[in-house]
Amino acid sequence: MSSEKILLEVRGLKKYFPVRAGILRRVVAQVKAVDGVDMYIKERETLGLVGESGCGKTTAGRSILRLLEPTAGEVLFRSKKLAEAGGEYMEVDVAAAPRKLLKSLRRDMQIIFQDPYSSLNPRMTVGAIVGEPLLVHGISQGREREERVRELLGSVGLKPDHMQRYPHEFSGGQRQRIGVARALALDPQLVVADEPVSALDVSIQAQVLNLLESLQEEFGLTYLFVAHDLSVVKHISDRVAVMYLGRIVELAETEALFSNPKHPYTEALMSAVPVPDPDYNVERILLAGDVPSPVNPPSGCYFHPRCRYRKEVCETDSPTYRDLGGEHFVTCHFADTLNLQPVRTI
Amino acid sequence: MPLIEVRGLKTYFYTEDGVVRAVNGVNFVIEPEKTLGVVGESGCGKSVTAFSIMGLVQSPPGKIDAGEIIYHRNGNATDLTQLNTKGREYRAIRGNEIAMIFQEPMTSLNPVYTIGNQIMEAIILHQRVGKKKAHKKATEMLRAVGIPIPEQRVDEYPHQLSGGMRQRAMIAMALSCNPALLIADEPTTALDVTIEAQVLELMNTLRKEFNAAIQFITHDLGVIAHMADDVVVMYLGKIVESASVKDIFHNTKHPYTQGLMNSIPSLATTKERLIPIKGVVPDPFDVPPGCGFEPRCPHAMDVCKEQIPMLKEVSSGHQVSCFLY
Repeated sequence: MSSEKILLEVRGLKKYFPVRAGILRRVVAQVKAVDGVDMYIKERETLGLVGESGCGKTTAGRSILRLLEPTAGEVLFRSKKLAEAGGEYMEVDVAAAPRKLLKSLRRDMQIIFQDPYSSLNPRMTVGAIVGEPLLVHGISQGREREERVRELLGSVGLKPDHMQRYPHEFSGGQRQRIGVARALALDPQLVVADEPVSALDVSIQAQVLNLLESLQEEFGLTYLFVAHDLSVVKHISDRVAVMYLGRIVELAETEALFSNPKHPYTEALMSAVPVPDPDYNVERILLAGDVPSPVNPPSGCYFHPRCRYRKEVCETDSPTYRDLGGEHFVTCHFADTLNLQPVRTI
Repeated sequence: MPLIEVRGLKTYFYTEDGVVRAVNGVNFVIEPEKTLGVVGESGCGKSVTAFSIMGLVQSPPGKIDAGEIIYHRNGNATDLTQLNTKGREYRAIRGNEIAMIFQEPMTSLNPVYTIGNQIMEAIILHQRVGKKKAHKKATEMLRAVGIPIPEQRVDEYPHQLSGGMRQRAMIAMALSCNPALLIADEPTTALDVTIEAQVLELMNTLRKEFNAAIQFITHDLGVIAHMADDVVVMYLGKIVESASVKDIFHNTKHPYTQGLMNSIPSLATTKERLIPIKGVVPDPFDVPPGCGFEPRCPHAMDVCKEQIPMLKEVSSGHQVSCFLY
């Protein structure tokens, strides 16, 4: 379970991608992939970041790690490794950190990618892949590094003699374990898991989810778990953030979000998930149309064209992201008065 | 009278590295106007079964080695495996009486023809009507699948449509000749959940409207629970369990089906810990000699290593292939 200490705080994070056109390649528009995200992650918790394709969840995860250069905003990270003498941690703004500091910060912040096929170099042995972070950061060499790689492979359920093999000799689930071992090599505090199980078959998904949970307990990890599958996110997360068109529309403790949703998009998203029980009957809220383009988002509340509760004000005024109490954050004008349908539990 | 009866179907692929028994002795029926769900993980043979019915197994290397696919229409029974897949009779059935929609709507639509042109192709081919009439029918079909402003959309190209709209266009194309059977191979896997809900709802409505049967192939047990009347569960080219949708979920018999149920998280229940199936699906070139699931089965016995279990009835309409029963 999570302690109450905050490990990472994101303030007003924005990431725009320019759209260029014409022979002069002038910027004609901006894709607002992440358009003002505020959230914090507590130590040792799993924060689920969920949304449909194009909502900006992956971009948000990568901007937090500064794998993408944020357009605006702060990403405050409380690093233990960088702590000065006497201090418990050192607070660093990842978004503004100079290169050298950023490299040191990478020891604390790692990522697991979605596709276990394209994220491992086919020409490197597993030993070299998992040992590479140790090499880059000059942490250990020779026998010592080999020993550490063995230990890491053991932690993720692979065998030490797998070190000599190449990625193509492994199944999808095993490859994902290799990716996990690489992320853990530097003993990080925060791991961003970007759709870590969506490329895997269901029986293998469960193996990897259980592994991630065990590793969290063993190493005291904090996860930002980015995924589109609401059932998986509900299972693994302590708190969940729902994104729509580059913004967080709702963020709350998992139990509170599913039993007491406050945003109409959360309600619709939850009702659309097919539940594996033929007797399960809920009113499925079918949203009209598609997600609008992030180049030209709607006026007012971004969700208003598809919202069944919309009123005039939603078309003109953008709702603010606010705490309804008990750390239940929502971006909706009418969150206090709407009576939304929760997930019915069996 | 069932619509399709598949008996002892074996579809093998003869590759340089050996024989892949993708479908290895499969029996099932599809009833008219009902939805048969086919569940299984990648490589279990669920798509190859569908391709065998459609006569779309690429040969070589693929070949239907044994079995029958009996198609009942107007009191006649036709064994589809005996027809020439490139012959006139199969062509009159494929895309007309039996139609198919695929997982990836972008790769299964031709990018250089308009949506309307592609729907018209089937209509002109099978119904022998003129271009003008076919164009009108194509517009009607797009309206039936809920595409807004169909008069305009019919002349647009696939890239101008969103993923959900493309899948609707695929459904319009498949239903344009009023088929008796619609085979849907993971039709919503590439779609977002809110769009998936729209497409599933549409398929349920249209099935009733067009009186078509559906063979619905998916790996998603949630979708199966929502769509199917009857379900077959496949593993390594064989059916391990076959029952009504209620029995599959509430009276699960086969250890593999039970394993699938225990390994998925659900929105409606809270599981402290998922129970995964141990190990991985065996290499298709090196399948176990006995029961295919034996190496991963928590209930494996000595007999499972040596003998192959047959599908047998454990209660009315509920068949399981496992030595536990």
